[in-house]
Order: sequence, then structure tokens, then C-alpha cells
Amino acid sequence: MSILQVRDLTKSFGGVQAVRGVSFEVGAGELLALIGPNGAGKTTCFNMLNGQIRPDRGSVTLEGRDLTGLSPRRIWRMGVGRTFQITATYASMTVRENVQMVLLSRHRRLFDLWRPAASEYVDEALDLLEQVGMRPQADRPCGVLAYGDVKRVELAMALASEPRLLLMDEPTAGMAPKERIELMALTAELVRRRGVAVLFTEHDMDVVFAHAHRIIVLSRGALIASGPPPVVRDDPDVQEVYLGSGAMFAKEGAA
Amino acid sequence: MGFLVAQFLSGLAHASSLFLVAAGLSIIFGVTRIVNFAHGSFYMLGAFVAYSLADRLSGALGFWGAVAGAAVFAGLLGVAVEVLLLRRLYRSPELFQLLATFGLVLVVQDLALAIWGPEDLLGPRAPGLEGIVRILGRPFPQYDLLLIALGPAVLGLLWLLFHRTRWGILVRAATEDREMTGALGVKQTRLFTSVLFLGTALAGLAGALQVPREAANLQMDINIVVEAFVVVVIGGMGSVAGAFLASLLIGQLQAFGILIFPQVTLVLVFLVMALVLVVRPYGLLGRPQAVPRAGHAPETPIAPASQGARIAWAAALAVLLALPLAVGDYALVVLTEVFVLALFASSLHFAMGPGGMVSFGHAAYFGLGAYGAGLLMKHLGAGMVPGLIAAPLAAGLGALVFGWFCVRLSGVYLAMLTLAFAQIVWSVAFQWYSVTGGDNGILGVWPAAWAAPKWAFYYLSLVLAGGGIYLLRRVIFSPFGYALRAGRDSPLRSDAIGIPVKRHQWAAFTLSGAAAGLAGGLYAYSKGSVFPNLISISTSVDALVMVLLGGVQTLTGPIVGAAVFHGLETEMVRHTDYWRLLLGVAIIAMVLVFPQGVVGALERLRPRRPGQAREEAVAR
Ligand SMILES: Nc1ncnc2c1ncn2[C@@H]1O[C@H](COP(=O)(O)OP(=O)(O)OP(=O)(O)O)[C@@H](O)[C@H]1O
Ligand SMILES: [Mg+2]
Repeated sequence: MSILQVRDLTKSFGGVQAVRGVSFEVGAGELLALIGPNGAGKTTCFNMLNGQIRPDRGSVTLEGRDLTGLSPRRIWRMGVGRTFQITATYASMTVRENVQMVLLSRHRRLFDLWRPAASEYVDEALDLLEQVGMRPQADRPCGVLAYGDVKRVELAMALASEPRLLLMDEPTAGMAPKERIELMALTAELVRRRGVAVLFTEHDMDVVFAHAHRIIVLSRGALIASGPPPVVRDDPDVQEVYLGSGAMFAKEGAA
Repeated sequence: MGFLVAQFLSGLAHASSLFLVAAGLSIIFGVTRIVNFAHGSFYMLGAFVAYSLADRLSGALGFWGAVAGAAVFAGLLGVAVEVLLLRRLYRSPELFQLLATFGLVLVVQDLALAIWGPEDLLGPRAPGLEGIVRILGRPFPQYDLLLIALGPAVLGLLWLLFHRTRWGILVRAATEDREMTGALGVKQTRLFTSVLFLGTALAGLAGALQVPREAANLQMDINIVVEAFVVVVIGGMGSVAGAFLASLLIGQLQAFGILIFPQVTLVLVFLVMALVLVVRPYGLLGRPQAVPRAGHAPETPIAPASQGARIAWAAALAVLLALPLAVGDYALVVLTEVFVLALFASSLHFAMGPGGMVSFGHAAYFGLGAYGAGLLMKHLGAGMVPGLIAAPLAAGLGALVFGWFCVRLSGVYLAMLTLAFAQIVWSVAFQWYSVTGGDNGILGVWPAAWAAPKWAFYYLSLVLAGGGIYLLRRVIFSPFGYALRAGRDSPLRSDAIGIPVKRHQWAAFTLSGAAAGLAGGLYAYSKGSVFPNLISISTSVDALVMVLLGGVQTLTGPIVGAAVFHGLETEMVRHTDYWRLLLGVAIIAMVLVFPQGVVGALERLRPRRPGQAREEAVAR
């Protein structure tokens, strides 16, 4: 059974057709990688899935419910969590408070004017931070963390919303290679345990081939291939796209 | 028919002067990204200098020489201001730029007062254009025809300048693309300075040309700059053509508005502006500001008061409670005012700090509170208790309505819109004579008998203001307050985790307005009267100064700021006639050397917990 169905998604910015007629599905508990060269339209796809931008055409359905055109807030409440390519956390709050903020929202406590927020859902927040290995830094301001650590906090925040589908836009960008593999292994493990479906984009093919159950490939806004990793790797179209634009597959071949 | 045509033409003449001022403001903003509050001061100085020069020079050449001289003088002064002040502000948050240039307004006002005296000065008429012409049988001043022609002429000249000269092309490029300005390097300095010359010379020219039409006076600066703000905001910041269109619109609105609603032309003007901003948030011909400015360094996380701080607060409270036993009525009155201002400042801080909404017109809510209490007394004979209940309600209602518009905008546009709303409230209080008593104010707003002794009112203020501040603080630490800060820190993330950012901001704006209203109500009963100047721009700026003096990023800042500010003001007014000059200099100094405020500076000095210094170093 697929949890997310994307049909004919299309978006242009002025003259640029960023995404053209993209259709795919994400299965329950599936780790699906969306890959493609820079500017292929991956982030634009994500933005349409979580409601940040409205598609020109096409539909997005989550477990049979139509999400197209809803606000990010509504879509989040329906169970779609997200991490950002350019991290977006709350710099003036501590790491723990960042996670608490999500928990407060999930429990619909945002209009509570009285009880101190910092003492709500403390254990739950610390538990989540423990899972992503950020518990020792729980009381540091989020604005001073190293980039890789912010990515971990984002993961904890995404998990805090107990999503059924998690969208991760380049979850490991800006990290050291070893850290990347670790973070993705962690994600895969958490996802397996919680039964969350994940759609992620990633430029590091080591990460993709180590963890993705299935891969879809986007090039200039259109889907050009999809299937299990070995099939996609050997697809001539995919190889051409990647040979033309960078050495990522070459690197993978060497490794 | 003739009458309507004459009205139309005088609207055009007004539009021309307005355009000269607004074009200068807009060009300066386009390149430097500074909203120059002091722009009106150059206009006023232009008028005064032209008056004095025309007095000295004689003959036909004398008058035009004086006009040209005044424009050049204003331009040179603009250069001096750029070199000495603005240059240090290019990277500051918008609020600091507005405040520092408002400091300049205060300085210029007092200097002009010292040089030209308080009287209105009626200048000579323009030689050769003293007469009138008849248009469809109606008399019309010849001089106004000249002005009408001048607007489009200046527009044309500016167009040539910006499209046909190297300098102008650079200016346009800088206006459209910030990155490219940075890449100019050394040339950037010269470009900015010369742009200031052009912009302020235009303002000076407009002021000088006004001399034959109206007496030069000390209120010209604020009046024109507020109008120019409206024009620039409607036209779109940085767009000269937009400024031209908007001047025509505003000129006509005033010419005909005065026929339809003589009392409320100002309201009409601001309403049009609010509507334009709702439909086109960047003005008619403006474009979105590319990068929102990174304002302050990220705030450090807030923490509930430590054990030590709690003890200090309790001790301070005990001292305040015991004080009436020890000091006389004068000290109690001053302290009562400090309490009230502390609540006012805290309410503004709530909107600005956690809410991230810089209000440049918070006096509106202070004033609505005061008038809410005053009007209830005047028209219904209500006493103090209903008055103090009505005050936050009236202000909260005002903030609810105005806030709906305000939360749609951010940055300079938000600041301008809050300012505009404050001016609406002010003009209603000032002009709706039959209800508000106009500038005679409302007298006899005295506390109930039980609260009449100074010590009793002192306690009442302590309880209400202290309670209000406590509540605001409580809200800042609540989930609501956290969600508010979340929306300020990252609207993108907040939207993606289910926080309705605008709704939170709106609610916070309303709450902040209600708290300011309670302060206003208390203020009314402490003074026994209510006047329109409670809603003036200076009251709004006073509140901003209190918040900044204490430090925006601190929670105790507004309280300390209010105490320091009120103490200094009380002393300054006692010892000098030129308190505005001192205040202006103090504001500029504060923005330049002390931007994190008193409490912020103290916190920096305090010994810190281990690791914190390192973290802050990493953050840089
Ligand atoms: N808001 C926008 N306005 C105009 N063009 C846009 C906008 N967002 C994206 N684009 C364009 O759409 C195309 C796809 O961009 P997108 O960010 O989705 O690519 P991506 O696959 O995420 O790239 P990367 O790997 O670099 O993150 C690009 O050509 C980009 O320039
Ligand atoms: Mg991307």
C-alpha cells in the first residue's frame, strides 16, 4: 500500500519549468531517494509536497486524502514532517526548546498563555535528542551549533511531530563523509522502528546506495528513471545525466 | 466647475512640493536602504535658509538666488550628515536608523529654534509671480502654476539623470541590486555621499519654494516627512516614478478630501495608504526588498529568573512598598510615572522583542487607553475603576483592528504603517473637537477619592503596572510566547510545524496594545488630563528609546530603560530649554555606541558561566 501518491506535479517559475509532470508513489515504511543534478527540481518538488508552494498542475494524495493546495501547517498536522536543505531552526532557543516547540505544537498547546513552556514535555524532548545523539548538547543555544549538529536537531524536530511521511531535503549536506553515513544509518534505523516512510534527496551516492530501498531520478524537472538501486545505477539515461553534470557516479564506481 | 478646477490645480501644486521631498527620500532609501526620518528637517531648513537669504539678497535674482542657495545648503548639510552619521548606520537594523535620524530631527528642531526663534516667518513673494490668473473665472496664484510645472520637470530631469549619465546608471544599479553596490568598493562611498546631496538638496529646494506660500515654522519638518513617508510607501520605496504617482494621488486626496471631510483629511490619506499596502505590500511601483536584514545578532535563549535574581526582585519590591513611608509626594509622583512608563515600554518590548514587530506608533495604544478613560469620564461621567477597565479594552480593540493590517508587513513597511495608524489616532483626537475637545484635551480626569492621595495612587500604579509587566513576562515564557519567538526566528520552520505565525503575531500585537492602553489609562489619572500629544510621534519614540536604552534583547531592559529615561528627562527639562537637543544627541549616541542597551551592556560585563564565552565566540 502506498502512503503518498504524486500525480503529474508541475511547476514553472516565470519561464523556467522547474518540475514537469512528475508522478510517483511512496510505500509505507519505504525509504525512497529522489536524486538528480543541481537545479533538477528536487527542492521544488518537496516544497509542493509540504504545501510551501502551490503546484501549477497535478495532485498530491496522502493515504487517500488530497493535500494539493493546503497550507504547510495543515499538511504537517496530517502527518508530513520535513527537514530543510538550508537548515531552519530557532537560533534564540536551546536545542531542547527547539524540540519542545514541535511537541507543544503537536499537542495543540500554542495558545496556552500561562504555563512555562520550557518545563513542558521535557522527557519526551530529551528522549528524542538522545536518539539523534544530541542529548549532551540539549541546553546549548541552537544558534551556536556546528552545522552537522543542526541537521541532527532538525531530525529530532521532524521525529517529534510523529510523522507518517518524512521529507528530508539533503539531510547530510555539509557533513563529513563518515558523519553522513552515520546519520543516514540512524535515520534508516529510526524509520524502521517507527514505520515512517521517508522521501529524501541526497547528492552523496554512497549514502543513497547504502540506504535507499528505491530511487527515482529527476533531471531538468522530469522523472527519467525509477527502481531499485542496482537498476537505476545501470540505467543508461541516468548515467548520461550524471556523467554530464558531475562525478558522483564515477566516485561511486571507484568506491 | 471653476471651483473644482481650482481645487484640482492646487492639489497639483501641493503634489509637486510633495514629490520633490518624496523623490529625495526615495532615492536616498533606494541606494542606502536608510529611511531618513530627518528628511523633513532638510525641507524645514531649506525654508528657513531661503527666508534669511532672501532677506539679505535683493531684487529678482535675490529671491531665486535664495532658493538655489537654500537647496545647495541643504545638500551640503546632507553630505555632512552622511559622512558623520549615516555612514555608521548602513549595517544597523532599520529601527536604529529610524531612531538615529529621528534624533537628528530633534537636534535640528532645537537649533532652528535657537537661530530663527519660535515665531512663524512669512517670506517674500516670488518676484514676477506675485499676482493671480483667472481660471474659469476663479483666481489662482501664478506662483502655484510654476510649482505645478516644476513637478513633471523635476521628474523629467531625474529620468535623464538616471538614464543618461554614468552616475545615474550606477545609482539605478545600486537601487536594484544590493550585491552590486557592495562590489563597487571605494566608489560606493562617493556614490552614497552624492546621493545624499541630491536627495537632501531636493528637500531643501522644496522647502525654499514653499516660502512664498506658507510661513516657515518649526512644525514643518514632521508634517512634511510624515506625508512624504506616506507617498514613498504608497509609491514603493526606491521608486521615483512611484513617488510621482503617489504624490499626485495624495495631493488630490487632500485637495478634495478637505471638501468632503474637512476634519479627517489626514485619516483619509492614511486609510488610502493602509489599503494600498494590503493590496500591494510593496507599494504601487515598488519591488520586494530582496534580503530581509539580519538585524541583531541572534538572541541568547531566555531563562527564568535565577535564585539570585528572584531575591533581588523581591528586595526591590519590598523597597518600593516601603517607600511611601520614607519619601515625599514629589518622589512618589515621579516613581508613579516610572511605573506607568515601565509598563508602556514593556508592552512595546513585547511586540518588538519576542514578536519581532517594530512598532513606530505605539503611542496610538497608549493614547487610546488614555482617551478611553478620559472620554468615558467626560461623556458618561464614569469613575476611575470603569475608566481603568475601559483603557486596555479600547486600546486592545484599536490594536486588534490596526494589527490585522500590520502583521501582513515587515521591516520598514511595518514601521511606517504603525506610524501611520498612530497619526490617524492622533489626528482624530486632535481634530474631532466635539468629542475629544481637540487640543484643549480632556481635563479633570481624576482618580477616585480612595486613590486620590499620592501614596494611594502610587500603590495602585505599582500593582497594576507591576501586574501588567508580570503578565507580559509570564506570556513570554508560555507556549504562546515561545511560538511567537519561533515565528520571528524562522517563519519557514514555524509554518512547517503547525504554528499559525500571523495569528500569533496578531494576538501578540493586540495584547501589547492592551497593555499599552492600561499604561495610558493610568497615565491619564496620574496627570488628571488627556491631550493629543500623548499620541504624538515623540511619545512613540520615547517608548522606543526606553526599550533600546534598556536593551531589546533583555527582559528587564524596558523597566530599567523607563526608569533611566524618565529620570534623565525629568532632570533635563528642569535644567535646560534645549532638552530636545540633548535627547536627540543622546539617542544618536546610544544607537552608535551602545546598541545593546544598559541591561545588555551589564550582562556582557557579568562573569559568565563556563562555556558561554566560548559559545558566543563560535556564534560570531
Ligand atoms: N522561487 C523560485 N523562483 C524562481 N526559480 C526558482 C525558484 N525556486 C527554484 N527555482 C528554479 O527551479 C529550478 C529547480 O530548483 P530546485 O531548487 O528545485 O532544484 P534542486 O534539485 O533542489 O537543486 P539543488 O540540488 O541545487 O538543491 C532551478 O532552475 C531553480 O533556479
Ligand atoms: Mg534543493
